[in-house]
Amino acid sequence: MKENREGIKGWLNPTRYGANRFAYWLQRLTGLGLLVYFIAHVIETSNIVYGRSAWEKMLAFTQTSEGHIVLIVVIGMCAFHAANGVRLYIAEHGKGIGRPGRPEYPYKPASLGLGMKACIWVSVALAALAMMYGAYVLFGEV
Amino acid sequence: MMKSVRIRVFRYNPAHDASARYDEFEVEAERWTTVLDALLYIKAHKDHSIALRYSCRMASCGSCGMVINGIPRLACYTKIYELDSDVITCKPLTNFPIIRDLATDFSAFFAKHKSMKPYIINDAVDRVDGREFLQKPEEVEKYLQFSYCIKCGLCYAACPTVATDKRFPGPQALAQMYRYLIDSRDSATDERLGIVDDRHGVWRCHFAGSCSMVCPKGVDPALGIQLLRAYLLGIGRDNKIVAELYSKEPPK
Repeated sequence: MKENREGIKGWLNPTRYGANRFAYWLQRLTGLGLLVYFIAHVIETSNIVYGRSAWEKMLAFTQTSEGHIVLIVVIGMCAFHAANGVRLYIAEHGKGIGRPGRPEYPYKPASLGLGMKACIWVSVALAALAMMYGAYVLFGEV
Repeated sequence: MMKSVRIRVFRYNPAHDASARYDEFEVEAERWTTVLDALLYIKAHKDHSIALRYSCRMASCGSCGMVINGIPRLACYTKIYELDSDVITCKPLTNFPIIRDLATDFSAFFAKHKSMKPYIINDAVDRVDGREFLQKPEEVEKYLQFSYCIKCGLCYAACPTVATDKRFPGPQALAQMYRYLIDSRDSATDERLGIVDDRHGVWRCHFAGSCSMVCPKGVDPALGIQLLRAYLLGIGRDNKIVAELYSKEPPK
C-alpha cells in the first residue's frame, strides 16, 4: 500500500483551513526564522575572536539598508511569535476556547471562535506595528 | 437548474500501477447532487472499476471521506454546487495508506483509537446488577459533543502533525481520550493521562485547528485536545467526581 502521508508539504499551504492554520504556519515560519537569526547572531558575535577589525566589519553590515531590513524582519518575527505564543499558552490552559456543548447545525467549532481569531489578528497587527516602529528608528537615523 | 462539471478522479492501484493518474468524467449536476452521487453515477455508467468506500449516504457512517478540491470532506455531505467550481478533484484521504483509487486503509487510525481505551473503566461496573450510574445533565454536557465522532478520519487527514509524526495519535484519538477522561462514570484518570502524556502524545499538537474546521459533525477535536492538555496541567481536575451507582433497587 502507498503510504500517502502528506509530510512537510502539508505545512506549506496556509490558505486551506482558515485563520488558525495560517497562525500555525506563521508561528512555524517565524520560529525557524528566529532560529536562523540566533545562529547567525552567535556566529556574528563570535567574530570578536578574530580581532577588532573583523568584529567591526560584521557590525558595519547592520548599519546598511540591507542590514536594517533584516533587523526589521527579525523584529516582526519576534513580535508575532511572542504574541501568538501567549495565545497558544492561554489556549492550552483551556481558556478562551469555549466550552463543550451540544453541536447544532451549521457546526461552528468553539475553539476557533471570534476570540481566538481576534487574538491571531492582534498578533499580526502587533508585529506590523513593531516593524513600523523598528523602521522608524533604524531608517530615521540615516 | 443543471450544470455540467468535470470530475477528476485519482486512480492508483499499488498492485499494478507505477504511478498515480487522474481520470476525468463529465457529469450533469443538479442543485442537490452530492460528490458521492456524481461518483456513483460515474461508477454505474462510465467506469465501474473506480474503488471507493461508502455506505449510509447521510453523513452518519463516516465511510466516504476523501480530499475534494484540496480539503478533506465527506463525499455524501458535499454538494457540487457548494464547491462553486466546474472542476472537482477527488483524491484519497491524506495520511491514510491507499488501498486503491479513493479507498484508504484505516488500520493504523483505528489502532490509535483503540490505544486510547475508548470505553468506561470503572471497577463498579462489575457490580452494576441492573443499576445505573447517576450523572447530572452538566456532567453529560462535558463529554456529549465528543461522543458524536463518527470516525470518518477527516480530522486525521487534515492534521499537519499527523502528516509528519507517525506516532502522534491524531485529533480523533485524543478527542476521544478526553471524552472518556471527563466522563464522570470513568475512574481510570491516571491510567488515561499516562497514555497521552508523551512528547509524541498530546503535547505534539500545535493547535492548527484544521481538525475542527473539517469535522462534519461539529465534534471540535481541537477543543478536546486543549482541554485534555489543561487537565494534564492540573486545570479542572478538582471538578471531576466519579459517579456512584444508584443505590435504590430497580423497580420490579
